[in-house]
Amino acid sequence: MLGKTAGGLFWMSRYLERAENTARLLETGQRMALTRTKNSVEEWASVLQTAGVLNEYLAKYDEVTKDNAVDWVLRDADNASSVKSVIKQARDNARLVRTALTHDVWSAVNATWMQIDAVMKRRVNERDLPAVLELIRHQAALVRGANLGTMLRNDIFDFTRIGTFVERADNTGRILDVKYYVLLPTAFSVGSSLDNIQWESILRSVGAGGGYRLTYGQKTSPTDIAQFLILDGRMPRSLHFCCRKIQENLAYLMKDYGFAGPSIEASNALYEKYLNRQISEIFESGLHEYIQDFLNDLVGLSRQIEIDYRFYE
Amino acid sequence: MSDYFDEMFNGDGSLRGPYEEIGRWFNAEDVSRLRAKQREAEEVFRLTGITFNVYGKAEAEERLIPFDIVPRVISGREWQRLERGIEQRVRAINAFLHDIYHRQEIVRAGRVPAEMIAENEAFLPQMLGVSPPGQIYTHIVGIDLVRTGPDEFYVLEDNARTPSGVSYMLENRETMLKMFPELFGATNVRNVSDYPRNLRRSLAACAPDCAEGEPTVAVLTPGIFNSAYYEHAFLADQMAVELVEGHDLRVHDGRVCMRTTRGYRPIDVLYRRVDDDFLDPLNFNPDSALGVPGILDVYRAGGITIANAPGTGIADDKAIYSYMPEIVEFYTGEKPLLQNVPTWRCSDPESLSFVLDNLSELVVKEVHGSGGYGMLIGPTASKKEITAFRAKLKSRPANYIAQPTLSLSTVPIFARSGLAPRHVDLRPFVLASPEGIKITPGGLTRVALKKGSLVVNSSQGGGTKDTWVLED
Repeated sequence: MLGKTAGGLFWMSRYLERAENTARLLETGQRMALTRTKNSVEEWASVLQTAGVLNEYLAKYDEVTKDNAVDWVLRDADNASSVKSVIKQARDNARLVRTALTHDVWSAVNATWMQIDAVMKRRVNERDLPAVLELIRHQAALVRGANLGTMLRNDIFDFTRIGTFVERADNTGRILDVKYYVLLPTAFSVGSSLDNIQWESILRSVGAGGGYRLTYGQKTSPTDIAQFLILDGRMPRSLHFCCRKIQENLAYLMKDYGFAGPSIEASNALYEKYLNRQISEIFESGLHEYIQDFLNDLVGLSRQIEIDYRFYE
Repeated sequence: MSDYFDEMFNGDGSLRGPYEEIGRWFNAEDVSRLRAKQREAEEVFRLTGITFNVYGKAEAEERLIPFDIVPRVISGREWQRLERGIEQRVRAINAFLHDIYHRQEIVRAGRVPAEMIAENEAFLPQMLGVSPPGQIYTHIVGIDLVRTGPDEFYVLEDNARTPSGVSYMLENRETMLKMFPELFGATNVRNVSDYPRNLRRSLAACAPDCAEGEPTVAVLTPGIFNSAYYEHAFLADQMAVELVEGHDLRVHDGRVCMRTTRGYRPIDVLYRRVDDDFLDPLNFNPDSALGVPGILDVYRAGGITIANAPGTGIADDKAIYSYMPEIVEFYTGEKPLLQNVPTWRCSDPESLSFVLDNLSELVVKEVHGSGGYGMLIGPTASKKEITAFRAKLKSRPANYIAQPTLSLSTVPIFARSGLAPRHVDLRPFVLASPEGIKITPGGLTRVALKKGSLVVNSSQGGGTKDTWVLED
């Protein structure tokens, strides 16, 4: 396979994953804003921060308002990480690697772009927002289904999976990074209704509400949430799950290609350093530092993968 | 009765033989169902991404080439004649190219003037003395044909560089099969779908001696913003070969290698869809970012086969076109089976005076022009335009050729009002290799969708049709 193709597959999957996660983030923001009208500005700022686009937003707008924040995150062409931008980039990458994709995967990605482009020609008003967010998640599920159901399990598939899980680990990490303070155990947080809303919003933004209830029942505690999102190997958006998948797919490539680049070692080190741990240790050594270090090392791993498999010249 | 030959209906309104099934089918169909099918077809094209890019806009826009659901039908007998003529012409073109880049016997024999070659922009001195495997220079050829009567076909143009459109031939057929499967049960339409397999085999048969085992073939594209990118990706996908860009390639150890996830791997045959000028920044346009520095040196040393070979443009030039009857005869020893459109070379004083006397009836073209620029269409031009053109013609006669205005045949399209005749042309696709010449039965039918228009180009309101060759 061409190195460029591997890169295109990796980025196509990253962008699709990012679109889905951003939609979920907006959904949560929308819900939080409805629940807590007083502080909704703060909530939208936190959405922008989690999406990693707060500074760029503030370069364009003087203040954070709901409508502008939604528009910026959803469809602004100046925001390279807006849902519309990333779906465009996913589709451009899919075109670049068209020969590596099945007809089903390609037409799912192409149809996604066509539909998103159509509904995002103009600002999306509040009434239509839920349907648009639903459409994004729907299309993401369609592409994923086509990928899982029609693609050969070979190096092509491995690169799409690695892209998906690098992006997902990054997104879950960012949510924890922005909201870590909510999860810190203090003498006062004993599960006030405000805390409950915050905790639920974290779960909701990674689509983990249902999974959490199945595992822990009605009792919501910050330690359990952190345990669930960081260390639970059954939860498909946890850092643990994502790292395992990256390791697995890199191992398939190693077997297939008969060589091991430094990225294999880096993925094992990432797991050992951050995930072969107890949640109590993580809290003791500092949740915030832990998440930030993890995100940095993840960027390093991603770079190493690009080098090992010759994505670029 | 119309002045044009219609391929579906005789003058008395009865169906011509090859169209009997189509006519029956159309009459039995519900018009609103057909309209829905037409929309459905466009949806399929859009979803599959069968689009071409429009240049010059801030955000490159992708457009569909309109597809008409009424097939264009050619009988087996008609096709056989065309096939023989096309094969003869392609053999002659390859022999001509070999000669031009070696001893130039045809020039020595005085059949083509020396300056036609030496002063031609498409002539590449770098190709002198180069003998590609099998002496094939143009591996993939598109011969543009027009029809003016039951038995009158003319070659309008030879495309010996990088002819495009074959993906439309294949996708048009796929679309028809999907939408009207019942039509194919009732008629014996010859298959076109093995084109990609034949293409790969044909390319592999031209591999250089240094190729080990099954030759590695790749398609070279300028990238996703090129107007024909869909076709490049489609062909690479169908042939199961890599689709590469210049920056995926580098010259290493006398071979052209592609950067794979496991390191650099040599390519044996490169089907390039990049123009000569951009192929090699070291040897041609130094600003090209699309090509591979040094690829021409590897090619000259026999380290790679480039299809089509650099420098094939000398064979499809408009000035050379007028010599095609002589070229065919010179290399095959036979009379040409396919006719050229009669062409007056204005460099010849007698022709010039004839052309000047008949400007209002003729089409006058610049020798090196393309895309309809610098052209006079006599019958539709104003007096003022003709006067202005007359002056240009007199001052540089050698720069022009003239042809009669052709009465292109028509085939009906499914228009708002029902069936309506529109002018068409035909581009069959030809593969040449040491194993022989293969012509896919059919080709790309382009149709001028505007009533009365003779311009079939997609950039000017042209559409396409599925093209059927019947098994008689």
